[in-house]
Amino acid sequence: MRVLKSLLATAALATGLAGAAMAEDKTKVGFIYVGPVGDGGWTYEHDQGRKAVEAAFGDKVETVYVESVSESNAEGPITQMALSGADLIFTTSFGFMDATLAVAEKFPNVKFEHATGYKQSDNVSVYSARFYEGRAVQGHIAGKMTKSNIIGYIASFPIPEVIRGINSAYIHAKKVNPDVQFKIIWAYTWFDPAKEADAAKALIEQGADVILQHTDSTAPQAAAKEAGNVITFGQASDMSDYAPFPRVSSIIDDWAPYYVARTKAVMDGTWESVSTWDGIGAGMVGIGDISDAVPADVKAEAEALRDALASGEYHAFTGPLNKQDGSAWLADGETASDYGDDGLAGMGFYVEGIEAEIPSN
Amino acid sequence: MDLGQINPLLLLASLMVAATPILLAAIGEAVVEKSGVLNLGVEGMMITGAVVGFAIGVTTGAPSIGFVAAAVAGAALSMLFGVLVLYLKSNQVATGLGLTLFGLGLSALIGKPYEGIKAPTMAKWEIPLLSDIPVLGPIMFRHDPMVYVSLIIVALTWYVLTRTRAGLILRGVGENHNAAHALGYKVIRVRLMAIAFGGACAGMGGAYISLVRVPQWVEGMTAGAGWIALAIVVFASWRPWRVLLGAYLFGGISVLQLNLQAAGVPIPVEILAMSPYIITILVLVVISLRGNHGAPGSLGREFHATH
Repeated sequence: MRVLKSLLATAALATGLAGAAMAEDKTKVGFIYVGPVGDGGWTYEHDQGRKAVEAAFGDKVETVYVESVSESNAEGPITQMALSGADLIFTTSFGFMDATLAVAEKFPNVKFEHATGYKQSDNVSVYSARFYEGRAVQGHIAGKMTKSNIIGYIASFPIPEVIRGINSAYIHAKKVNPDVQFKIIWAYTWFDPAKEADAAKALIEQGADVILQHTDSTAPQAAAKEAGNVITFGQASDMSDYAPFPRVSSIIDDWAPYYVARTKAVMDGTWESVSTWDGIGAGMVGIGDISDAVPADVKAEAEALRDALASGEYHAFTGPLNKQDGSAWLADGETASDYGDDGLAGMGFYVEGIEAEIPSN
Repeated sequence: MDLGQINPLLLLASLMVAATPILLAAIGEAVVEKSGVLNLGVEGMMITGAVVGFAIGVTTGAPSIGFVAAAVAGAALSMLFGVLVLYLKSNQVATGLGLTLFGLGLSALIGKPYEGIKAPTMAKWEIPLLSDIPVLGPIMFRHDPMVYVSLIIVALTWYVLTRTRAGLILRGVGENHNAAHALGYKVIRVRLMAIAFGGACAGMGGAYISLVRVPQWVEGMTAGAGWIALAIVVFASWRPWRVLLGAYLFGGISVLQLNLQAAGVPIPVEILAMSPYIITILVLVVISLRGNHGAPGSLGREFHATH
């Protein structure tokens, strides 16, 4: 009994000391997620980034997160996180944009980082990845592999990021297969496995044999697997559970290096509001292993395209390209600019050839 | 636009699949509310059923056992609610919401090891002879067994509620629990049984999503289906056949609007996307315009037995 008591006392003392030491200057980093960490896609990868921050700084950092935060009601959770003493908060969905800015104004000493948005302020940085580079690779493989010439696309919300992806995939599919047709379904959700599965089934029933998704769950992969002759691509995460078929490749978001670097900046006191937009070259967008279900020559072409995008030798939006209404957008050899009128950041139009209309946002 | 690309047979078949989870959850909740209890924990019981059904289905390799387990899990969770609101007199609304939050968290915990695992496929029942009827056969008679089970549950619920003494007692308890108590009926026992039935149905509805409709386990995968079920119960004025109509309308239009989008009909996508909600509500409200369609008299009220 006495042994036990002294053990407990020692333990209590040790934890007390540790607690005191930890409380000194631990940097608290918060994350606001739009889906659950187990979605297997978008939020899962952000959470991998959070874990990388913990691994990199160990005891010097404390991370917290809130998952499945509604985009229409995000101010509460973000405020709560700021009040709880977070030094740096990552809000990881486009729809958190205005809420992040509103809360940031009230907490000038807390640093904020908003993913995929475009509104910056003194204590709000924006960061995003050039997912459309990955979409170019997908479009190439899709155009080469489709037999029905119908490619199904499960889109989420009509925002520039999603529209860029559709355009990029279409341009590169069309380039290798002039007969290709895109069927686009707007799911109006980032995450709803049942709805995503229904959308995938509707596309497959209407003849699509390639499904591209811009929603976050693996449900479309399961629907394609059941159909048997449909290929898919992992979205945001590798989704390798469905490799080598139907998932033939993927776009992987790698946020870890960015999250670690920004946390370090807060620790060092060098944090500044910046706008970051990195692609394959910087490693923020990864192309998942192209499986053997893809013919060797197509695979080699896709890898060459990936490397050209990474080195900057080729831009995914290179003219000549017209807008959907037939008006000129990019002249021969011209590449799209990031900002300004008709820039990529605010893209709100389809390129020529897509037979659909963008819903008004 | 090419409507010819939409295959009406496939569409009707997927309509039934899309509607079944909501139908199961809604018919269960209709019985609970008929007994005078408002259980807002449908979403929590569904997601728990989804994960337990999936886990047991994968472990045993038999989806049917998964469905039974899901029903048991949903009923078990609902008993937690039952004890809190019936014996400890906690607020029904708050407890129901709590049950949903609890179910979402619990399912995430249970489901961790099952992420990315594929579900065993459930064989379709091709009902002999009937499934060979041209056109109608493939739509109506070539489904997985749960589609039929859900329809049988609706029919039985209607029969028991309106044609039997047990149903009369249940409705009596829901309309006026003090009068029912004065007549010597066991209000709490009746309600506990109704809540358990509601939990079992919600659990099976959730399992239908994870075992048949998607089919895989993804955290948070019911994504609000429980709330739709709750709304359908109200708009269907607590009547079993209208619950069926509401669920099939909602499921049907959800699938139809996705197909219309893919076919490129010139209707704005925003309108298509909201159509399941609007049309379901409109139809159910219109058919409820005549007659008495009030909520059960004691719905959501606390019962305190006085001797």
